[in-house]
Amino acid sequence: MSHPQLPVVEPEAEAGHDPGRRALLQATAAGAAIASLSACGVDVEAFFRKHFRELSPEELKRTIAKIEADEKQRFGKAVHVGTQGPMPGVFFGYGLDLSRCIGCRRCVYACVKENNQSRADPQIQWIRVLQMDKEHGVDLSHAEIYYEPETVPQPDKFYFPVQCQQCRDPPCVKTCPTQATWKEPDGIVVIDYDWCIGCRCCMAACPYGARHFNLATPTLPAEELNPEQHYLGNRPRPKGVVEKCTFCIQRTRQGRYTACVEVCPVGARKFGNLLDPESEIRKVMETKRVFVFKEELATHPQFYYFYAT
Amino acid sequence: MTERRGVDARWWRATGLAAAAALLLQGRPAAAADPADPKPVTAKSTVADKGGAPPPAEPLISANAPPFSEGIFPCSGCHDPKDPPNTRRRELSFHDEQQSVLSHGEGRWCLDCHDARNRDELHLTSGELVPFTESYRLCGQCHGAKYRDWKVGVHGKRVGQWNGAKTYFLCVNCHNPHTPRFKGVKEVVVDGRTVVTPTLTLIHPMPRPRRPEENHP
Amino acid sequence: MTGILEFLKGCGRQVTTGNRTYFAWLAALGTLIAIGVVAFVHQARVGLIATNMRDQVSWAFYIGNFTFLVGVAAAAVLLVIPAYIYHWGPIKEVVLLGELLAISALAMCLLFIMADMGRPDRLLHMMPGIGTPNWPRSLLTWDALVLNVYLALNLVVVVYILFQAYNGREARKAILVPLVLLSIPVSISTHTVTAFLYNGMAARPFWNASILAPRFLASAFCSGPAVMIVLFQILRKTARIPIQDEAIWKVAELMSYAMFINLFLLGAEVFKEFYSATQDTMHSQYLWFGLRHHAALVPYAWASLAASTIAFLLFLVPKTRQNWITLNLGCLLIWAGVYIEKGMGLVIPGMTPDTLGEIYEYRPTITEWAIALGVFGVGFLIFTILVKISVPILVGTFKTSGAPAAH
Repeated sequence: MSHPQLPVVEPEAEAGHDPGRRALLQATAAGAAIASLSACGVDVEAFFRKHFRELSPEELKRTIAKIEADEKQRFGKAVHVGTQGPMPGVFFGYGLDLSRCIGCRRCVYACVKENNQSRADPQIQWIRVLQMDKEHGVDLSHAEIYYEPETVPQPDKFYFPVQCQQCRDPPCVKTCPTQATWKEPDGIVVIDYDWCIGCRCCMAACPYGARHFNLATPTLPAEELNPEQHYLGNRPRPKGVVEKCTFCIQRTRQGRYTACVEVCPVGARKFGNLLDPESEIRKVMETKRVFVFKEELATHPQFYYFYAT
Repeated sequence: MTERRGVDARWWRATGLAAAAALLLQGRPAAAADPADPKPVTAKSTVADKGGAPPPAEPLISANAPPFSEGIFPCSGCHDPKDPPNTRRRELSFHDEQQSVLSHGEGRWCLDCHDARNRDELHLTSGELVPFTESYRLCGQCHGAKYRDWKVGVHGKRVGQWNGAKTYFLCVNCHNPHTPRFKGVKEVVVDGRTVVTPTLTLIHPMPRPRRPEENHP
Repeated sequence: MTGILEFLKGCGRQVTTGNRTYFAWLAALGTLIAIGVVAFVHQARVGLIATNMRDQVSWAFYIGNFTFLVGVAAAAVLLVIPAYIYHWGPIKEVVLLGELLAISALAMCLLFIMADMGRPDRLLHMMPGIGTPNWPRSLLTWDALVLNVYLALNLVVVVYILFQAYNGREARKAILVPLVLLSIPVSISTHTVTAFLYNGMAARPFWNASILAPRFLASAFCSGPAVMIVLFQILRKTARIPIQDEAIWKVAELMSYAMFINLFLLGAEVFKEFYSATQDTMHSQYLWFGLRHHAALVPYAWASLAASTIAFLLFLVPKTRQNWITLNLGCLLIWAGVYIEKGMGLVIPGMTPDTLGEIYEYRPTITEWAIALGVFGVGFLIFTILVKISVPILVGTFKTSGAPAAH
């Protein structure tokens, strides 16, 4: 496990910090608030938890232990919260073959399960599958998300799944007031769920509806909890923070395909390293007609739609 | 039918089980199949357009199991190799369910692909025999572009490691070779193992998401 | 030390004495605040699911109120400009009341932001030193910065004026004038930055129009002074502050010009939207005419336009702006018009349809209304208390016992 802090800090994120002064301020604030908080039954450790990228290896270990213990208490089973960092020389790319997708939503539910999304009240689904008219092409004013025909695909429709596009220039990251969301060197845009203040600027800024808000404490049946987790990925989220697709960071950083790729019954989903000329995503880009969604916004997604036929 | 009943059921079940078990393990080459199998179905194969030794640069392919229906393979269980094959085009009284859906180009019939002498294999137009686990080579004869896309992962599906060992789905895991237009796929348990097999009808979508107003405190 | 104690005691006396109307007013505000507190506790317990905000419309009523109130806060101080230009007598009073209004409005702004946050307990993550503010890239950090600077500036000016008056001294121009002049650009920046918060989001074409900041300022120049006009009338009756009719009429006249600019900018925007009729027009379509059988905002949009237009005409014609009934009616109409336009009329169509074309018709829940009422209750209470303390100081009835005789 490589430590996540080393390669991920952007230069500007570091600028302007005075560690000594901050430590002093933090200590003062801590002293003042700690008594009153613990009196109210608030989780003091979580309240004073630092930004993920500022945790020292020691603090990270303690934090992980705490998170794992909390989860064990809440769900009654052992979990593993990883912090695996990006692999060198890897920049993820995702391809989605619109000529194949049949709109069956298998990906939606595989994602929900893999990534411990809230099942109901609020229901959170990172993948939204849009049904569109062949007559209109990719046209959001004719998109339908709540389609429920007996069978798919419908003859005059095509299907357009949308999830986080992992933009190279992510508007959500730019707008976040606390740097609680950032782009990792392998291209995954992640969120520190313990740093997000729930202002939802990122949701207003995202052109893809990819960010979802925990309006309430997520409902997550213990028997369905995926215990294999990542700090910046699928660990259960608290109430009041934003979450999103992370390309299954807990899987892909170990070389595995994402859950949606593995479940897709038609093989419409492609995933790999954009820097590897032999990867399937590169083959897609070199041999097929590829486009990105809302290209005019210059977000430069790492998520490509294509037509294999 | 008497012929079918004469087959030693335990024999093919054991074989099929071993092969399917090996084939379905993600990214792992097939372990040695049942030694009782005279010609073990191998999941570990190499991409090669022609027979013979493949060029070393070609990647290893670990293929998914062919979606045989329960108890159908090996074919030689019924088609006794000692019987002289009847190669005459005709309406079949058995396998009629395959013949009735046959919709794969003009004027095609069983023995264009199935080998009359070795029923447990297929054959290319050259006459070279191809095991069912490598049926993609047969498909690739006509569908060259798709075959190229499939080999590099652009067409079809793979599971496993994006940066390592992966299992390819065969053409026939998604396309019924007798009526190849894609409708849908389903997972079925054959001989105790799950395999992916094409359906002849379209599939149901999973439930629609909740509308925003359907989420309540 | 004894001075401060004496001052605080005096303040207590000012706040706790008054006629029946005053206490009835306080009781009403107290009720509103109590309702708001109950609702906020409920929301804090269950989460923002107590609101009707969802992923499709992720900012709504709270942020709409916030935006409107930033305008009120910004424009209250801008009255200083005409007060200077036209040499109104009680300029100090105008400045002070404007700043008091700004302070109250800013308090409400901050409360609305708190109500809107998913994790208000983590507010300090935005603060330099303790947290990791994403400055200068994030517009929200800019907004927090300018709002707090503006709040601090207003507090300093108010405290200085009152301190001097309390001690029976005239405020020194060398100190006051630079501070007041500085607060003008800061007040403009607060509103501009708030506009930029929306404006900078390319994902939301309804907001991503460069006309937004000018429109914000123009409408703020209407809504802020509308409050002040009503206030002037109340205070000169109840507190003997000598504000002439001409000054009030002048404000009304200036408001009609501001409203003209506001309507003109709106017209320019509407033309661009509907004549070019691109895909992005669907947001304006939703606001003004409804989209795919969803038309929740349509009556409000037209009511807002009607209110603004009528107020513009009432303030433009000298006869109606010098008539107290039509003048106050105009103020009410402006409030209603701008409140809709800058609140729900700005936030909701920006998010409807959402970025994937889905239409979710947002309407605030009882909880949202209750919290908003509570916040307004707090704001009015702050303003009432501040005025109740400040006006006696200004007119010289509340001063230090050791002060020199009033001049």
